[in-house]
Amino acid sequence: MDARLQAELQKLLGPENILHKPEDLLLYEYDGSVEVARPDCVVFPQNADQVGALVDLANRFKVPLVGRGAGTGLSGGALARTGGILTVFSRMNRILQVDAENQRAVVQPGVVNSDLSAAVAHLGLHFAPDPSSQKACTIGGNVSENSGGPHTLAYGVTTNHVVAMQVALPTGEMVHIGSAAVDAPGYDLTGLFVGSEGTLGLVTEITVKLTRLPEETKTLLAIFDRVEDCTETVADITARGITPAACEMLDGWSLRAIEAYIHAGYPTDSAAVLLIDVDGLREAAAAQSEQVADVCRAHHAREVRAARDPRERDLLWKGRKNAFAAVGRLSPSYYVQDGVIPRTKLPATLRRIEEIGKKYGFEIGNIFHAGDGNLHPIVPFDARDKEQFRRAVAASDEIIEYCVAAGGTITGEHGVGMEKDRLMPLMFSEAELELMKRVRDAFNPAGLLNPEKIFPSAKGCGEIRPRPRAQKQSEVPVA
Amino acid sequence: MSTPAAGAVSRLEALVGSSAFTAEPERLAEYGVDGIIPIVALQPSSAEEVVEIVKFAAAEKLAIVSCGARTKIGIGLPPRQYDVALDLTRLNKIVAYDPGDLTLSVEPGVLLCKLQQHLNQHGQFLPHSAPFMTRATIGGTVASGVEGPLRQMYGTARDFVLGMEFVTGDGVAGKSGGRVVKNVTGYDLHKLLIGSLGTLAVITKINLRTFPAPQSLRAFALHFATAGTVTACRDAVAASALRPMTTEIMSRTMAELFACAPAFRREPHTLPEGVLSAIGWTLSISFNGNEAVLDRCENEMRRVAESAGAERFVRVGNANGKAEPISIGSLYVRLREFIPIALASSPGCTILKISVLPAQLQHALSAAEHAANDQSLAWAAVARGVGVTYIALLPGGRDEKALNCVSAAANRIREDCARIGGHSTIPWCPSEWKSALNIWGPDRPELALMRKVRNAFDPRGILAPGRFMGGI
Repeated sequence: MDARLQAELQKLLGPENILHKPEDLLLYEYDGSVEVARPDCVVFPQNADQVGALVDLANRFKVPLVGRGAGTGLSGGALARTGGILTVFSRMNRILQVDAENQRAVVQPGVVNSDLSAAVAHLGLHFAPDPSSQKACTIGGNVSENSGGPHTLAYGVTTNHVVAMQVALPTGEMVHIGSAAVDAPGYDLTGLFVGSEGTLGLVTEITVKLTRLPEETKTLLAIFDRVEDCTETVADITARGITPAACEMLDGWSLRAIEAYIHAGYPTDSAAVLLIDVDGLREAAAAQSEQVADVCRAHHAREVRAARDPRERDLLWKGRKNAFAAVGRLSPSYYVQDGVIPRTKLPATLRRIEEIGKKYGFEIGNIFHAGDGNLHPIVPFDARDKEQFRRAVAASDEIIEYCVAAGGTITGEHGVGMEKDRLMPLMFSEAELELMKRVRDAFNPAGLLNPEKIFPSAKGCGEIRPRPRAQKQSEVPVA
Repeated sequence: MSTPAAGAVSRLEALVGSSAFTAEPERLAEYGVDGIIPIVALQPSSAEEVVEIVKFAAAEKLAIVSCGARTKIGIGLPPRQYDVALDLTRLNKIVAYDPGDLTLSVEPGVLLCKLQQHLNQHGQFLPHSAPFMTRATIGGTVASGVEGPLRQMYGTARDFVLGMEFVTGDGVAGKSGGRVVKNVTGYDLHKLLIGSLGTLAVITKINLRTFPAPQSLRAFALHFATAGTVTACRDAVAASALRPMTTEIMSRTMAELFACAPAFRREPHTLPEGVLSAIGWTLSISFNGNEAVLDRCENEMRRVAESAGAERFVRVGNANGKAEPISIGSLYVRLREFIPIALASSPGCTILKISVLPAQLQHALSAAEHAANDQSLAWAAVARGVGVTYIALLPGGRDEKALNCVSAAANRIREDCARIGGHSTIPWCPSEWKSALNIWGPDRPELALMRKVRNAFDPRGILAPGRFMGGI
């Protein structure tokens, strides 16, 4: 790295806010995905002005600049693929304003997702997007990836809850886009920025909508002896126009993995379960939980359990939210996909996933947001075995190709990043990708912000490198 | 304005065939935008034809304004140049509908009311409660960015449009999003197209989420003496556990408009006696759910009404709401259609759209009340619970004196609302007043970015040039 740039960074941020020794950078080579990329240095800005100055420096020295929250992302979005400065927002973690009356909050990008909900809980409010990594992931990261989560089925994903932001553009200017009041006039730049994976600007401040906590939440666990009965239940719940707050499916393989780790009370002898939340007014939640239970029984649920108290509910959800960590204990590595399909195609797709598993010699697990058709097939493998890794990627790709052929998409909430860029041609023609690049270049003309993400690089396939997972997983869940 | 050679005109005719082409002055007049008449009007029947037309227009530097039923073509500034009217009403197929997945794919020319009827057969609906429902197309409704009372519960187009296909200003067939309910693949370009007035691309397909029709509805009208008390009641509901489907506040004068002839042309059924306040403000609120839920809502609403000082509490009606138009009585339809109702009631009707934070609605309503009264202008207001207020200024004429009054009142309302962080535009006013009234308001700080976005989509600037904010 250019010594003059290093000196400028020192001057701007102070040595305590910069990492550049190889051993310090090691941690930042990774995120929640299987990707690896080393930055040249890691910086921790404390305020928006410093972010603006960083962008300016990156521009002057023509070095890449990549934003990062907690690094829980699953597509390599927060990795410095071509080196450069990795800008970590963990020290910009203040909730700047809470306006309970208007159900708005202004936060810095490094605020942890669940910290915001915790901070406004006493006002009867919460921030609705709830990725499974919500105890670690940041709202800035959620904005970049347009994160989802189990309860986005009824409440919508991140983009539905962001109304305005302050952004440092690659040109060094700071701009405000959107507004706290709804319907900001002009093009919906906020809608464009959310989910742009850090390729258009660095977000330095975010105005979000807060959602009123439901008066009542009922949590059901429906237990099935056949996977097909479970998937048909989901399709039927959707078709009957019932929208639960969340509808998660876990198959037998994952249930056993989770029970060995969390003891959430899942039945380890079943083929699959649905974990369903219904909420709203007392009267509405009661009626809806009856309806849902009826549909489950109509599809031969062996048992429909209702959580008796908040403790039981939390335990059931703890199992789901730590599912991926549990899988990590069983397999040295695993590859998680994020395909989406129309919900009517769930039964056929799960059958296909099983066949693909057999073909490639894997037992593929399924833990996913069934209610919105967002699959997370998990292919466990041993990364030390190159051949096995190659097969794991091939199996995942075949699943994704099936999702696309079924009318779905390659990523529902994890982002394209550097993991699925090579799959983009499944969704978009060259001309369509060129148009998206034109939009990117309008904001990021020199291509310094999060380079080589989203768009397929000229280098082509074979870019994915395995990373062995530590046998002892941290408690930080993903997905 | 350029005058295209006769050769160009005949090439355009060849692109779509003579039955989808017109250059007759009488028919062209119908395609006028702010009094500017195009040279030709084309009715393509496929996205491929749209690509060819746009490519040709880009090469010949012909300006295109795309349109559906043209019910909202008056929104925006007059086009700087207008050669080709691109009438998309023949792109009117429902391409795919998967009721089991609650997703839909339609061409832009599908009539919104036909679409609702179609969904209704499957017990579903599209919560796009937009004005001009009986004539408007889905494409025009999305591209013009209008919204309606159901946004309280369902949000706006940005919340239920899943993806789009479109043709950019240089004839590239693009797409974004998809037809699944969750998707983060690539940029959400379709969000930019919502409300863009056709300045970025020509929409050729829209994918949408559909919703189960409400089970059963109950609506209430609460009368209040002042803007302060009616908004306080809204605030109390927002702070409660209730989840209303619609929350609308109306001025006394809006109630009067709803009893006039233009209202009956939109909705033949009379309003039940005493639903709207003849002396003050009305809060119209509705709920969806089973009988137990609705009883609970009614009880809570009676309590809220009493503590907020309501002068009257009226149960408007029960209905098994099949779908939009939801039959909670004639009040809902009037509320949805208040724009055409107001437009028909004054030759110089000027409608401001003001956004403030929800708890600041009183500020917006009081600002309107004072500004209009100071100019002795008739006015009427509808405010949505989410913080959007429409103020219709209703001068008796369309002359310079009327303009001066409207302009003075509008400026004062806008300044008052800007002071508390609100923003405003003027989507509806006489064409000749548009520049004097500065309909888009002061330039926003992100205007330069918007210009860049526009250039990325339409490098030659041939799509509805000049109509958008800042004359983009």
